Amino acid sequence: MERTRPIGDVLLQVDDISLSFGGVQALSGVSFDIRRHEIRAIIGPNGAGKSSMLNVINGFYHPQQGRITFKGQTRRRMRPHETSSQGIARTFQNIALFRGMSTLDNIMTGRLLKMHRNFLWQALWWGPAEREEIEHREHVERIIDFLEIQSIRKVPVGQLPYGLQKRVELGRALAAEPELLLLDEPMAGMNVEEKEDMCRFILDVNDEFGTTIALIEHDMGVVMDLSDRVVVLDYGRKIADGSPDAVRGDQKVIDAYLGVSH
Amino acid sequence: MASTGDLTQAGYRPAWADTFPKLLRFQAATRGDRPASREKAYGIWESWSWSQVQENVRELACGLHVMGLKRGDKIAIVGDNRPRLYWTFVAAQSIGAIPVPVYQDAVADEMRFVLDHAEIRFAVAEDQEQVDKLLEIKDRCPLLERIVYEDPRGLRHYDHRAIEAYDEVQKRGREFALANPGFLDAEVDRSKGGDVAVMLYTSGTTGQPKGCMLSFDNLLITAENAARFDRLTADDEVLAYLPMAWVGDHIFSFAEAYVAGFCVACPESGDTVLNDLRELGPTFFFAPPRVFENLLTTVTIRMEDAGALKRRLYRFFMDVAKRSGSRIMDGEPVSAIDRLLYRVGRWLVYEPLKNTLGFTRVRICYTAGEAIGPDMFAFYRSLGMNMKQLYGQTEAAVFIAMQPDGQVKRDTVGTPAPQVDIKIAESGEVLFKSPGVFLEYYKNPKATAETKTPDGWVHTGDAGYLDQDGQLKIIDRAKDVGKLKNGALFAPKYIENKLKFFPYIREAVAFGAGRDRVCAFINIDMAAVGDWAERRNIAYGGYQELAAREEVYELIRGNVEEVNRDLASDPHMADAQIAHFLILPKELDADDGELTRTRKVRRGTIAERYAALVDALYSGRDHVDLKMEVRFEDGRTGAIQGRVRIDQATIFPRAGNAGAAAPAPGRKAA
Repeated sequence: MERTRPIGDVLLQVDDISLSFGGVQALSGVSFDIRRHEIRAIIGPNGAGKSSMLNVINGFYHPQQGRITFKGQTRRRMRPHETSSQGIARTFQNIALFRGMSTLDNIMTGRLLKMHRNFLWQALWWGPAEREEIEHREHVERIIDFLEIQSIRKVPVGQLPYGLQKRVELGRALAAEPELLLLDEPMAGMNVEEKEDMCRFILDVNDEFGTTIALIEHDMGVVMDLSDRVVVLDYGRKIADGSPDAVRGDQKVIDAYLGVSH
Repeated sequence: MASTGDLTQAGYRPAWADTFPKLLRFQAATRGDRPASREKAYGIWESWSWSQVQENVRELACGLHVMGLKRGDKIAIVGDNRPRLYWTFVAAQSIGAIPVPVYQDAVADEMRFVLDHAEIRFAVAEDQEQVDKLLEIKDRCPLLERIVYEDPRGLRHYDHRAIEAYDEVQKRGREFALANPGFLDAEVDRSKGGDVAVMLYTSGTTGQPKGCMLSFDNLLITAENAARFDRLTADDEVLAYLPMAWVGDHIFSFAEAYVAGFCVACPESGDTVLNDLRELGPTFFFAPPRVFENLLTTVTIRMEDAGALKRRLYRFFMDVAKRSGSRIMDGEPVSAIDRLLYRVGRWLVYEPLKNTLGFTRVRICYTAGEAIGPDMFAFYRSLGMNMKQLYGQTEAAVFIAMQPDGQVKRDTVGTPAPQVDIKIAESGEVLFKSPGVFLEYYKNPKATAETKTPDGWVHTGDAGYLDQDGQLKIIDRAKDVGKLKNGALFAPKYIENKLKFFPYIREAVAFGAGRDRVCAFINIDMAAVGDWAERRNIAYGGYQELAAREEVYELIRGNVEEVNRDLASDPHMADAQIAHFLILPKELDADDGELTRTRKVRRGTIAERYAALVDALYSGRDHVDLKMEVRFEDGRTGAIQGRVRIDQATIFPRAGNAGAAAPAPGRKAA
């Protein structure tokens, strides 16, 4: 079925970002943009700087050079919780959930930044804090329904198979109602069926909530099917940027993946 | 609007309420505030009262009318059990259309056959998955005009010329109803009890499915009789979790609820059924043996993992229950000590266990569809659950025979249901006549004539007989039943099922038609027998080696003789005991064409492939050398060879004869 979505103006602008760890140049002079409502893929061979790029957008790494403009606001230095309250949420390459807590509680943690009552109110529980919790629970239940994980609502995450844990992580990211969702290899280590499910959820998130999505993924089939535009990194530099078809045919991309003598 | 008037004979509904829409009018008027439907949404149970259901159904009915659904049209309903989909049945019937539920797990091609055959113009689907399937076949079903979907998720960007949201249809219906106040009542009154209520496609094992047409009278009268039989009331509660396209669900979760006025709950999703069962605690529960089997396995596994004290408590009290649980329920004499122990067990084990399974409030629970294992049946009954069996078919609107309270036997399916006549044909086939007998198969007069005799008897296709208590016993498919050379009845599946109830036997194939005695192939269950062997320090290298062990033969012979003893007590089957058997040196496999994909034995193929073994069984030898080709999972072929032992089992004298109480010990040559 043809998907027709209104791709809007620029949501996030990355300008001339350079990042190095000691002598290692992870990113050098990378610029690209992400438009509202689009699914934007970042691909590249191992060690190309993809996860570093996400970490920069996320505020986890601070680039030595360059600017990031999100919703028209340019920032130089920002911590992850600040980007989070601005509307950026992410999932991780290695699952980072609270393994002893239930699916429900894990997703509830995604609402933390939206809770306004202070510690004292929370401890008292009755009254405003209770009302607030009910409100948040309702939102979380919608996400549980959306991701079809009702049957594991009360199961500790550590007991779940890998594919479901990934889904719970997506749920936690969604709980923050992000405008921009960063997915770091959402399909790594999944079997075909789990991949198909995850693809459908990503498309549905994009459709239903209008969330803009930036994802890193190694499965080229998935990338080409899902994304609207692809940016390709190699050795910390951008080597291509465009529609999946254009990128697929780009000689530099082919060389980067297959390897040529430099 | 709804005066009570004269009640029907069974006393549940006034005589004028002879269709589901009229019955809904009656229920809304008599118990308008009581819950009729429940569904778990966003983790919370939501309920709709009978009057709210009526309101929703009326609006939807008008909406379907506006959409173009006409009297006599068929409308397909596809999806998991959802209140809105159940309402669609009544909404369609309100304006004289015929609902056709379709199995939700059917692949697109199977769906196409039904949609095409039933000339479906409109379909109501649950979600994107079903809409996708319907859109895929739409080009090949030219009559299909519109698809209504319940859950809009993922469908926002679809081409909306062919699909429409349920809420949208209902909204337009609401507007139409306001503008045309008398319309719907007049439409509802036009339908009569003899009209077609629903078309259920039976999944034929051979050939194409047949569209079984059932009238309102068929469904309402049988449902009402069954409700009276089990004294169902408006206070009962069920969980609807079996496919809506299956006649069992249509009766238990729909027709009986409308007749008795009780509430039907729909699970949150297919995966949460066990959880929902526990939260709801239904009072009336229906499940095929498979479901009870899975529950029992879960319990057993969890008990194995429990601490030593819990495990010992469980074992001890389950032994008590096995000894006396069923007898206490049936009012038979039990010693005072056992009675006391059972009480304590109830407090410590049985009730907590039933609570975990969601069976605390179960008053009546039925199993049907296949034979249920004796251990399993005994397990649930010993917990104090009133588990019964019934026998039914789509063509009978389910009920042909059912077990009355206190007359429950493990191997029968009960006495003829109210108003049902049963007779056994010359061939052994069971025939019945009842108010539930279907009208006809849609567009298939040939099949109708084959199934329904001119004087109203229906062929079930199953062979069986009535035992001395008047209970029906089903033994096999009629076409599989044969006779031994001496004329004794031989029902292969009956014998095989009895063998397969033992955990050590995975598959069994019985031979005997036209022969002088019954012989059988056995496939041992690798996991169970392997475990058994390990605990006895019996070394083995693989299936073939294990299957040839003397100890294993000893074990299986015990099982076979147990079956023979059981057969001896049955006057119809006593002459078809297993004389010789062998354990196959390889597992029967679907890849070799020996089993169907659903793991049913292919008798013909097996008899052909293993002809040498069959001959040896009947030759009186005690072993046979075998060499044969097999196909491995990766497609390679190889050969297995070896010596296969043939063993003989004791034949017991038929019960009722002298010495039946204490069968002669030792083995007797056949």
